[in-house]
Amino acid sequence: MKQLILKDIDDLIIGSLGIVAFISFFVGGVVTIQTALNIDNPLIPKYLVGFATRQSIILEFAPTFMSIIMAGKVGSFITSSIGTMRVTEQIDALEVMGINSLNYLVFPKFISMMLYPFVISIAMFLGILGGMAACVYGGFSTLEDYIVGIQNDFETFHVVYAFIKTFVFAFVLATIPSFHGFYMKGGALEVGKASTTSFVWTSVVIIILNYFLTQMLLS
Amino acid sequence: MIEVNNLHKSFGDVEVLKGISTSFDKGKTNLIIGQSGSGKTVFLKCLLGLFEYEEGTISYDGKIFSQLTEDEKRNIRAEIGMVFQGSALFDSMTIAENVMFPLQMFTKQSKSEMEDRVDFVLKRVNLPEAHNKMPSEASGGMQKRVAIARAIVNNPKYLFCDEPNSGLDPKTAIVIDNLIQEITDEYQITTVINSHDMNSVMEIGEKIVFLRHGLKAWEGSNKTIFKTDNEVVTDFVYSSNLFKKVRKMYIEENE
Ligand SMILES: Nc1ncnc2c1ncn2[C@@H]1O[C@H](COP(=O)(O)OP(=O)(O)O)[C@@H](O)[C@H]1O
Ligand SMILES: [Mg+2]
Repeated sequence: MKQLILKDIDDLIIGSLGIVAFISFFVGGVVTIQTALNIDNPLIPKYLVGFATRQSIILEFAPTFMSIIMAGKVGSFITSSIGTMRVTEQIDALEVMGINSLNYLVFPKFISMMLYPFVISIAMFLGILGGMAACVYGGFSTLEDYIVGIQNDFETFHVVYAFIKTFVFAFVLATIPSFHGFYMKGGALEVGKASTTSFVWTSVVIIILNYFLTQMLLS
Repeated sequence: MIEVNNLHKSFGDVEVLKGISTSFDKGKTNLIIGQSGSGKTVFLKCLLGLFEYEEGTISYDGKIFSQLTEDEKRNIRAEIGMVFQGSALFDSMTIAENVMFPLQMFTKQSKSEMEDRVDFVLKRVNLPEAHNKMPSEASGGMQKRVAIARAIVNNPKYLFCDEPNSGLDPKTAIVIDNLIQEITDEYQITTVINSHDMNSVMEIGEKIVFLRHGLKAWEGSNKTIFKTDNEVVTDFVYSSNLFKKVRKMYIEENE
């Protein structure tokens, strides 16, 4: 069991870090540029660029949109690997040996996704860092202004809210794709279809939960 | 010995097995034959305990499975080896880990005892050096051997094989058939094999059960199957031109 968990951590968490780092850094940069370009009123202080970037990254971009991307990466990986085990009768082989295959396959994924908040922290950090790089490099404000901005009006509860969402999404990312893989029927073609359906459902559920959690926690 | 009595199995409204009674002998290769879709795999999965059935009983050496406690069922499962149609090796594990898996699940042997046993069965299936390969690196024939090794590693009393030589070239297919028969005889296993392959029928059909539309249409052995005048059986047997010609020659010679 320990081995399975380690393997899943490697596949699901470690394996996602590269793409998460890449996307966060550049999207962070773009968010900053867009914000800076939209603030053309000279009365608005420059440090607001840093402030706005921090807010959008911590509140929405890192937890929610990263999770949609992960529904594509991690979700379809889970569906296709469990689905392949179903169509090649590996799940039957487990059952013959008296193993509760659903538990055996889903539990390690569930445990490894408990590390998902770690991925999202990295996305937050690199997103803000990417914003800083773009801001200074593009000359939208000074480094000092940006740093003042990202420290401005900091509310701890916003981070708590972001991580509550992250935990809920981690649960969604581990379970919905697993069930799509586990209960699929058919052959290799259906594995592909199941991955697509699972991506759609996982994203829809994440978006809807995001709406209700935000309504509940922030208003 | 396995005895099956009046087995019924449906999926929704579709009745796939419509009351099958038969028995499979110890130390023999018992074949279930029939066309694709005749219910062979479903029948085997009922024997394995993977499918629930609505009616009928299956008994393993006199013990009726559905009447056993969970612990007793587990004990029977520990005595079952299964070779799936596509081998069903766990593709995230090496070949040696695949073969060791049932030992880890069912026994409390030490690591070195398990390793010795894995060495032994991999040698027995003629793969003495495949331990550290991944299943994806092995050919279809090798994968079947590994699947057989995994199925017999825990000294099963019952061995089930779903079309063990489908997807293999004719030569490898015969090697696999013979391997299964040798092992069956050597360890006096009750072996049940699904097949639609006439070569297997002739080579290892010590007992043959013919399924058609979810019913047992005929029962016999490779000695009697060519003599029967049961039309559905001859239809199946002589669906291949080769056998038609052999039969014609046989009749001409005997006139
Ligand atoms: N899990 C299942 N759900 C519904 N129908 C099934 C299932 N498995 C098999 N069947 C049906 O049972 C029949 C017999 O299938 P099967 O036992 O696989 O045939 P065979 O192995 O002889 O080729 C087929 O018509 C198949 O569609
Ligand atoms: Mg079949």
